[in-house]
Amino acid sequence: MRHAAAVPGRFSIRQMIARLTPDRWGAATTAVALFVATPLIAVASIALTPAPDIWRHLYDTVLFGYIERTLILIAGLGLGTFVLGTGTAWLVTMCRFPGRGLFNWALVLPLAVPTYILAFVFTDQLEYAGNLQVALREIFGWRNRQDYWFPEIRSMGGAITVMTLVLYPYVYLLARAAFLEQSVCVLEVSRTLGKNAWQCFWQVALPLARPAIVVGMTLAMMEALNDFGTVDFFGVKTFTAGIYDVWLNMDNISGAAQLASVLMIFVVVLVVLERMARRGQRYHHTSSKIQALPSYQLRGWRAGLAVAFCALPVLLGFVLPASVLTSYALTFFDVTLKANYLTITLNSILLSASAAVAAVAIGLVLAYGLRMGEGPLPRAAVRFASIGYAVPGAVLAIGVIVPMAALDNTIDHFSERVFGISTGLLLSGTVVAILYGYLTRFLALSFGTVEAGLGKVSRNMDGAARTLGASPLRAMSRIHFPLIRTSLLTAGLLVFVDCMKELPITIILRPFGYDTLATFVFQYASDELFEESALGALTIVAAGLIPVVILALTTLRSRPGHGAAAGGNIGGRA
Amino acid sequence: METKKPQIHRLLTAGLAAVAAATAALTSATWAKAADTEVNLYSYRQPFLIKPLLDAFTKDTGIKVNVVFAKKGMLEKIKAAGDNSPADAVLTVDIGRLYALKEAGVLQSIKSDALNKNIPAHFRDPDGMWYGLTARGRVLLLSKDRIKPGSIKSYEDLTKPEFKGKICTRSGKHPYNVALIASMIAHHGEEGAKKWLEGVKANLARKPQGNDRAQAKAIYEGVCDIALSNNYYMGKMMTNEKKPVQKKWAAAVTLTYMNQDGRGNHMNISGAAVTKSAKHKDAAVKLVEFLSSDEAQKIYAEDNHEYPVKPGVPRSELVQSWGDFKADTLSLEKIAKLRPAASRLVDKVGFDDGPGS
Repeated sequence: MRHAAAVPGRFSIRQMIARLTPDRWGAATTAVALFVATPLIAVASIALTPAPDIWRHLYDTVLFGYIERTLILIAGLGLGTFVLGTGTAWLVTMCRFPGRGLFNWALVLPLAVPTYILAFVFTDQLEYAGNLQVALREIFGWRNRQDYWFPEIRSMGGAITVMTLVLYPYVYLLARAAFLEQSVCVLEVSRTLGKNAWQCFWQVALPLARPAIVVGMTLAMMEALNDFGTVDFFGVKTFTAGIYDVWLNMDNISGAAQLASVLMIFVVVLVVLERMARRGQRYHHTSSKIQALPSYQLRGWRAGLAVAFCALPVLLGFVLPASVLTSYALTFFDVTLKANYLTITLNSILLSASAAVAAVAIGLVLAYGLRMGEGPLPRAAVRFASIGYAVPGAVLAIGVIVPMAALDNTIDHFSERVFGISTGLLLSGTVVAILYGYLTRFLALSFGTVEAGLGKVSRNMDGAARTLGASPLRAMSRIHFPLIRTSLLTAGLLVFVDCMKELPITIILRPFGYDTLATFVFQYASDELFEESALGALTIVAAGLIPVVILALTTLRSRPGHGAAAGGNIGGRA
Repeated sequence: METKKPQIHRLLTAGLAAVAAATAALTSATWAKAADTEVNLYSYRQPFLIKPLLDAFTKDTGIKVNVVFAKKGMLEKIKAAGDNSPADAVLTVDIGRLYALKEAGVLQSIKSDALNKNIPAHFRDPDGMWYGLTARGRVLLLSKDRIKPGSIKSYEDLTKPEFKGKICTRSGKHPYNVALIASMIAHHGEEGAKKWLEGVKANLARKPQGNDRAQAKAIYEGVCDIALSNNYYMGKMMTNEKKPVQKKWAAAVTLTYMNQDGRGNHMNISGAAVTKSAKHKDAAVKLVEFLSSDEAQKIYAEDNHEYPVKPGVPRSELVQSWGDFKADTLSLEKIAKLRPAASRLVDKVGFDDGPGS
């Protein structure tokens, strides 16, 4: 077949096919993206159903408050995750100080802690009756609230702090990977030009890592936008709190969907703006000369500061909640054990693992599809599909259930008419619905990670493979797949950890008698009995630990030119 | 390239088969439950709370109850599934959900002598769509040390200037507070209720936050002297052996019924309803009837310190110790209808922004 090109007639056909091929890829990509985006489209269409107008009332009263608090929240969170994530990533990749090897992976640990659990633990410890204030009162002899000032934990500051501590690992992981990948030449050249460590960071390393850092910050901010549990707990009325209020207190699901649609538009605008700001600045590694990174040796107070800076988020974001949960678990473990502990743990793990595999597969298809088939339509469709992460979970669940139940009912009516058999709810009454919800919610994680990995594979590789006669699928399996294995693993593990923690979609879409660790914990937490379910909560954290540690170690090993021998002393001056 | 094709086909076939098998396995669980020895319950109440009741029901009737618990999205789930919805019955707290289900047209009217006999008329829907199972009062908890008994006798008194900086409550948007505000609208009109809510806001000690128990705790800690709470939380704190500190919170306050010289204390209900699409309608009706029976009403009273709706069923000893009280008999449907207006009022007043905003 390879020689068929010599026949003039077939040559033109081949050309036509070649010209058509991208379209086919584009069409397929668009179709898959729309499949994932269907719940979002459903939410938008619910918004169009007639309902009493809510905007006049909101505009007159709380709308600007919602917007203001939401903006403050994501700005604070963005800043917090940037400082913590990028700062720690730079320290552990580029500097040498005591405990660096430990921090290297320990800094990812808070990712395994669900935000609502950290929120609870923080309040439990920091409020007036919490251990800290009790101790302070004892030490200083204060008797009541009037004797001293202490910050109110149930506040915007509390919400930003808690979310930052749980979400900075996204930025840390991505920034660290970016720093590790940077060609040593760039850094050495900048040093040769007389830049000090500080200038190297601000003027060279940071701009080079910007796309990765922005992806991490975007994920964190989207998570904050969809959050209800934490902001509700802290009494911070954000836009999402408003969505739930209109839905449940004003009995106006259509109005709630309108608000949710505005939220989606807001996210799209943010993403587009960031991309426009970055346009024209393309970051390529002009040199592929890579060796173990040179590092700065920190001593004295500088080393102490570095240790403190890295230890703080690990202690507050992981050690504190894990130990508080452990102490409650020791008291109340019987409640969890009585409740089919093994089954719900297994449910959580199986569900999250299936979702991870499915999300990575879809993410790979979309990322590869975009690579093969250029064009604005598939690109837009994929971007749209990945904003599901910013949509409040319960609203997204309604977006899943409406089209899925409609499909089920159509099949049922058809089968009833033709075969006389009722099929009932084939999909929407099963865990398939939850998986679909997860897929839409976490596409930003899976697709984003895979796309980033694929982006690093030079297109010359594709060209070479195709020239040698490999089909796109073969090129993918033989060339791309091995090269982006780490990215795929990272994507899968991130989705897994997030699914373990996921609550609103699971609780609405699960079938009878089906519980996960998160829904189990919620059952108690919603009746003000969180401590009783501490073992369940602790298991969520523990189950998240394994993938999180794998994550930390693989990104480390993935560094090109970084042999196994160097594994122990990364960054040792070569 | 030709050799690749069959391989891909085989792969596709295998994949499709796997998906089909998985789907069959996943759905078969719900399929098998077609027999009438079961009933499917959507519950807004936590399964561990209602388990003793459901176990007793199964023991009496041999009917197994499958439960799924959620606080949001149930209505939309039932509505979307239409005739195929697996839910036979719904169990809720707060009148708002029951009313919303009725308005959405997903409930069916039940005619049952047992239910009409067990449940007083003002605790059930005039059309027989929903039935109240327990009543709960929104009461005041007053600091034993700092509030003189008798100095606050009605919800209206909460706006008195002497209580400035002394009131604690959870969010004004919480269904329990929304229902209370709706009842204020019913009694005083929207303008009157707005003035009242502004007055309460001006007297708040802190930004509305936390749950009902947290308000008792705040009084114990000296943050405030007066708190709004549902009555049964008091019972739960007083009997909390696992967290004895809550007994101290409860010991710091006196439970006080409101408006005893007038219309009576504001009440809300938890209740149940049978869905329009119920496949196990008989079993569902049996379940609701059982929940209104002496046996179940007693469990509600003892375990949860709520008021049984069935006349003659004794309240728990603890609840009895708070004495008899007069309940506001305002129609629950009226309260439910006024909820959106009440919720908007919370926005207009900026209640959740706290005092001094």
